[in-house]
Amino acid sequence: MKAVLAILKKEFIQIRRDPRMLPILFLAPVLQLLLFGFAVNLDVRDIPSVVCDQDRSPQSRAYLDAFFHSGYFTRRFDVGRTEDVDSRIDGGQAVMAVIIPRGFGERLLAGRGATAQIIADGTESQSATIGLNYAAMITSRYAQGLLAETFVRLRGSGLRPVLIEPEVRVFYNPDLKSRNFLVPGVLGMILMVMTMMLSSMGIVREKEAGTMEQLIVTPIRPGQLILGKLLPFLAIGVIDVVLVTSLAAFGFRVPFRGDVLLLGGLCLVFMLTTLGLGLFISTISRNQQQAMFTAVFFMIPMILLSNFVFPIETMPGFFRALTAIIPIKYFFTVIRGIFLKGSGWAELWDEAAAMAVFGAVILALSIVRFKKRLE
Amino acid sequence: MTSSSIEVRALSKRFGAFTAVDAVSFDVRRGDIFGFLGANGAGKSTTIRMLCGLLEPTSGTALVAGHDIRRSPEKVKRSIGYMSQKFSLYEDLTVEENIRFFGGVYNMAAPDLASRLRWVLEMAGLRGREHSLTRNLSQGWKQRLALGCAVLHEPGILFLDEPTGGVDPVSRRAFWDLINRLSEDGVTVFVTTHYLDEAESCNDIRLIHAGRIVGAGSPSALKASTIRNPILEVECGRTVEAMDLLRREPWVRDVSIFGVNLHVGVVEEAEGRRRLAARLEQAGIPLRRIDRIVPSLEDVFLRRIEDSDKEAGR
Repeated sequence: MKAVLAILKKEFIQIRRDPRMLPILFLAPVLQLLLFGFAVNLDVRDIPSVVCDQDRSPQSRAYLDAFFHSGYFTRRFDVGRTEDVDSRIDGGQAVMAVIIPRGFGERLLAGRGATAQIIADGTESQSATIGLNYAAMITSRYAQGLLAETFVRLRGSGLRPVLIEPEVRVFYNPDLKSRNFLVPGVLGMILMVMTMMLSSMGIVREKEAGTMEQLIVTPIRPGQLILGKLLPFLAIGVIDVVLVTSLAAFGFRVPFRGDVLLLGGLCLVFMLTTLGLGLFISTISRNQQQAMFTAVFFMIPMILLSNFVFPIETMPGFFRALTAIIPIKYFFTVIRGIFLKGSGWAELWDEAAAMAVFGAVILALSIVRFKKRLE
Repeated sequence: MTSSSIEVRALSKRFGAFTAVDAVSFDVRRGDIFGFLGANGAGKSTTIRMLCGLLEPTSGTALVAGHDIRRSPEKVKRSIGYMSQKFSLYEDLTVEENIRFFGGVYNMAAPDLASRLRWVLEMAGLRGREHSLTRNLSQGWKQRLALGCAVLHEPGILFLDEPTGGVDPVSRRAFWDLINRLSEDGVTVFVTTHYLDEAESCNDIRLIHAGRIVGAGSPSALKASTIRNPILEVECGRTVEAMDLLRREPWVRDVSIFGVNLHVGVVEEAEGRRRLAARLEQAGIPLRRIDRIVPSLEDVFLRRIEDSDKEAGR
């Protein structure tokens, strides 16, 4: 026990003495959170658009009003010729274009179908897809309005319009704010990056400095050494959790509906995995540079396959199956659940169990690999 | 208890196809200063690392303080202190923090640690610098602090792997004074070095070359057993030419250059002096001085390596 305490104390002194360490540990999470809270926004609004209204009729104006009152599009440019539409999109000044051909209003009045052309810049595939969906929605709603008007005019005929009006309710995040989805995710990201990086450097730094050699000739047991090395990182992780969670809930007003203690407990369970992974990397690396690259090599696919930004549902079957072994995926379910849904133990025990298994396996593996010998 | 604190039997270490240590056997008597002498890469550090449990031997055994290094490495670790050739304390900890850290790792009780802390500070001359960062200490102080941390838990055996590399002569002398004091207190000191003057301070020496022991004994015994014929120190002109010339003479055992002089081993002193002067005069090489000298360990070392290489056909 005395040996573990000695290591713990030494680690804390070393962290305190490193002038760059404290900002990295506690400022970086806050900055990342600010970045994701303010800058990164997956909500598509105000798509810059170019309009080419060749009809200039009340009908075309009404249609365009419906378009731009939606808030999804901003009318940046009005051009007379279709060639000018191309140049705006080529030049990247507009992502969407609406072209209304001559005769649009006339055809509508005559009761014949009319067309409007919508062009989207496919290189911005996310904005384009969402923009096109909105455009289709706005157009069909406008058409529905026309239909209803027609029925009103023909009231005498005895025909009545039958319309199905969908009543949409979005649970947990009614405004579909991507901030509410992203900010709790940042907690998972920060926790993983911090604890994995710190622990992957932990053993390797001693190997590089030659102090590992001195430690190996002492009677300290590998378990004691590992415990003494990992506990400070666990403590740092806990501080980051408190920091990020309170900033998310009070600063960004991300709804927090669940149990704080449950969140804390499951963060600890998750950190078993990240600390274990870092330790494992430390045991297979010769120097800090190698450890750093190995950690990044593991982290990037984990983040891509984690449901942090890219939805798992749309991945091809193989990768969807692969996400089953990505520990942070379970953690994202946990934090989003606790934050937004107020999920409790009943909903989250299976994720907790999965994370506990990952943690136990990887920790056991790295303790076995960590030999008290020089290679 | 036997009188040996280390017993090594046919200990070998191979790294792939390379044999770093080749079946070495020796005993180290309790309380001795035991010198392991060899060039860089001869197998000194590999041997010391096996004895300290840092490396697993490929074959052979060793008992350190009565414990088998293979079967109970943890017991070995409790009875030894080790100081590596590279400074291996925490540079970002203060002197006192380093000492307290190792006290904790060795599970020392608080009162013991307090008195040993005072002892180490006193011994290493670090009183007043307890709160200096270790990285700011001079090399000599670092070395004495490392020694202090290595003997903090009062081990019976102390392993020092080239302890005085990169240290100025004054600090080296101070360091050896400490080693002598530890030895007087009954600590067995196992030290590797390639400084031949340091080896003169050892009670018992093994010469190691290419992983094998090529000489054993106290410095004086080694000299007596290796160099039976007299050695003449010759100061003359054109030393390289003179060396080549003398090597071909049947009455010359061996010739080597030491600084600006030649060391010439001859069969018999008076005869040797006469023939040497005659031969150099014949070749027109000016001769300034011939003296009979006591062979140094360096003479012994070079001779042993030469013999060993001849034997191995190199």
